Amino acid sequence: MSKPVVATASLAGCFGCHMSVLDIDDRILQLIDLVEFNKSPVDDIKTFTKTCDIGIIEGGCCNSENVENLKEFRKHCKILISLGECAIMGGLPAMRNGIPVKECMEEAYYNCPTIDKNDPKIMPNDDELPMILDRVYPLHEIVKIDYYLPGCPPRADLIWEALVALITGKELSLPYEVLKFD
Amino acid sequence: MLDVIRDVQSETGSVSEEAIVQIAAAMNVSQVDVEGVVTFYHFFSKSPVGKYSVYLNNSAVSFMKGCAAIAKAFEQEAGCAFGKTTADGNIGLFYTSCIGMNDQEPAAIINDVVFTNLTVEKVKEIVAGMKAGKSAKDLVKQFGDGQNQSELVKSMVNNNIHKKGLVLFAPFEAGSAVKKVATMTPDAVVEEMKVSNVRGRGGAGFPTGMKWDFTRKSEGPKRYIVCNADEGEPGTFKDRVILTEMPQMLFEGMAVGGYAIGADEGLLYLRAEYMYLKNYLENVLEKMRKNNQLGKDIAGKKGFNFDIKIQMGAGAYVCGEESALIESAEGKRGQPRNRPPFPAQVGFMGKPTSVNNVETFCCAARIVLEGGAWFAAMGTLQSKGTKLLSVSGDCKKPGIYEIEFGTTVKTLLEECGAMDAVAVQIGGPSGTCIGKKDFGRRICYDDLATGGSIIVMGPKTDILQVVHNFMEFFVEESCGWCVPCRAGNKILTERLEKIMHGKGSATDLTELESWCAIVKSMSRCGLGQTSPNPILTTIQNFRELYEAKIQKGKDYVSEFDFAAAVKESCAVANRKPLSEGH
Repeated sequence: MSKPVVATASLAGCFGCHMSVLDIDDRILQLIDLVEFNKSPVDDIKTFTKTCDIGIIEGGCCNSENVENLKEFRKHCKILISLGECAIMGGLPAMRNGIPVKECMEEAYYNCPTIDKNDPKIMPNDDELPMILDRVYPLHEIVKIDYYLPGCPPRADLIWEALVALITGKELSLPYEVLKFD
Repeated sequence: MLDVIRDVQSETGSVSEEAIVQIAAAMNVSQVDVEGVVTFYHFFSKSPVGKYSVYLNNSAVSFMKGCAAIAKAFEQEAGCAFGKTTADGNIGLFYTSCIGMNDQEPAAIINDVVFTNLTVEKVKEIVAGMKAGKSAKDLVKQFGDGQNQSELVKSMVNNNIHKKGLVLFAPFEAGSAVKKVATMTPDAVVEEMKVSNVRGRGGAGFPTGMKWDFTRKSEGPKRYIVCNADEGEPGTFKDRVILTEMPQMLFEGMAVGGYAIGADEGLLYLRAEYMYLKNYLENVLEKMRKNNQLGKDIAGKKGFNFDIKIQMGAGAYVCGEESALIESAEGKRGQPRNRPPFPAQVGFMGKPTSVNNVETFCCAARIVLEGGAWFAAMGTLQSKGTKLLSVSGDCKKPGIYEIEFGTTVKTLLEECGAMDAVAVQIGGPSGTCIGKKDFGRRICYDDLATGGSIIVMGPKTDILQVVHNFMEFFVEESCGWCVPCRAGNKILTERLEKIMHGKGSATDLTELESWCAIVKSMSRCGLGQTSPNPILTTIQNFRELYEAKIQKGKDYVSEFDFAAAVKESCAVANRKPLSEGH
């Protein structure tokens, strides 16, 4: 049997979950033996070249590009995993939910402390730029998500064990400590 | 501190930042503590609520009775939207949770005055009166029945007592219970409670005799009796009627409790919505003091000292939970405490405290007079005596029914004129929603437990709408301390909405159920432990309503609307929105 193919992406996240993936230490060598990576920042493959078995996504959706990326993942991955708080609930970026978009953008481009009062007020509006969504969405509100790995970031062991469980078909043990955060 | 803030609120129409600074300095607490209290309760506000502040009840039954049209009428007549005050600062319009008037909805509270059975015509008159500068009290044209007409109440509220039983609404001679108890030993009083097997009437059903025994045996230089008159469970209004018609019996019941556990101070925690009864109740207390039924050496018995103070709440459902009530009575945010220790060990001001429901104290007064065995002869194996029910919703005779425990739902529906009922909510939102097949079940702790709220839903009522209203209520009333309740109820409500919008799938229904299990099992107090019940019990008993709304044969449906999501930001940046996938 050929190796399972894995793809990963960070949307509206901080890449902390990806750092946690790297935090599996020397097991990364085992991981390379176990799986093949496709589109992912890990190997810097930018576009899907084949159907993947597992897609892992960190971060929620805050703009149009995130949405497109996510839908690409859903199209190319048999199993999709929401990795970490931002993907599952929106996380820190979702703190803007509830504040009108207009207010957020004006704060960022007109009123923030690094903007000189004498500068002309410019709101970036090039067509190349992603469009900001009305709020930050968790992934499962936009596409079907098969599994959720909680944490900020999820512990390296949890990611490792979840991947091994998926690949080997063995049941994942989730003790209370793994799901309790305060 | 609640009293101080309350005075500032009613004198100045808000509790401003400046007022918070002053209160904090004068009471020697931090500003954050004061602000925490101000923002916790419905009836406190940092921004002005208007010279006249209208609090319209938005409970499920209020909507069954036409709340939407009344709200529109208020907005039209006053000229401002709900959640706002008019430009001149004269009138403020707000929604509030159930105000205990479910049998006479739609109802609203304006400057502590209750207005019931509102119609569009009445709203026009009321708003015209407010614009003319009349006091809210003067806008009440007709008074209700019984003591609602008395000089100190003068309220349009009706009692609507449809059925009187032997315990609560039988004749009660003033002074008889304290006189009788003075001839007994405290041990004998507790024993009599145990024989009667009376259980807490607030809903949880803890044996009162046992609670008094625990409290009495707890070490402490002082003990307290607290009466929970914060009935906030939507659909409950029985305590209001007891407070109106039987206050003497209630206060004597509290004195009985004080005598039994060795407390000389009692506190009546009265929900803010019942402010209109405060003067009347104070007057009853004053009379009792004069007649040696309260105060020192009650009924001539040396050392039988007991007096009662009234502590007003400020609008918060969670304060019906006994440890939250104690926190609130101490002037703090009404957030439940961790238990143990239980209030019987560490309660009000850190002293052993017995918190009992209004109706429970009345039972205690009657038990002292008639004996525990007499009481225990009524009811079922595990539920003795009678129960006061507040019946509302789609029935011909909404109001108060004192029934013997064990009465079937069917019998009750016949009595209140609701033969076409499709569903009945027993015990309020946190209770159970049952369908026709269960109408033969009995109202008692052994079967269908209730604190007194019975909401009838007829064929024309949309049950899912009611469930949604209940969930919005829990979102609003969660104290916010623990995540499963604060975030969980919001998640439940949103998932329910997705299904109601026709965008749900079988997966959503399964996940909704698992979220319910999480919120129930992980929440800190009774609020979150019961808040998923409206969803859970309707999925159990009315699954077809959910099935009809979900999309068949799909395991996932998204509610995400790309064009709508990018519209606002593109408008702000002055760019043309691109279509998805461009």
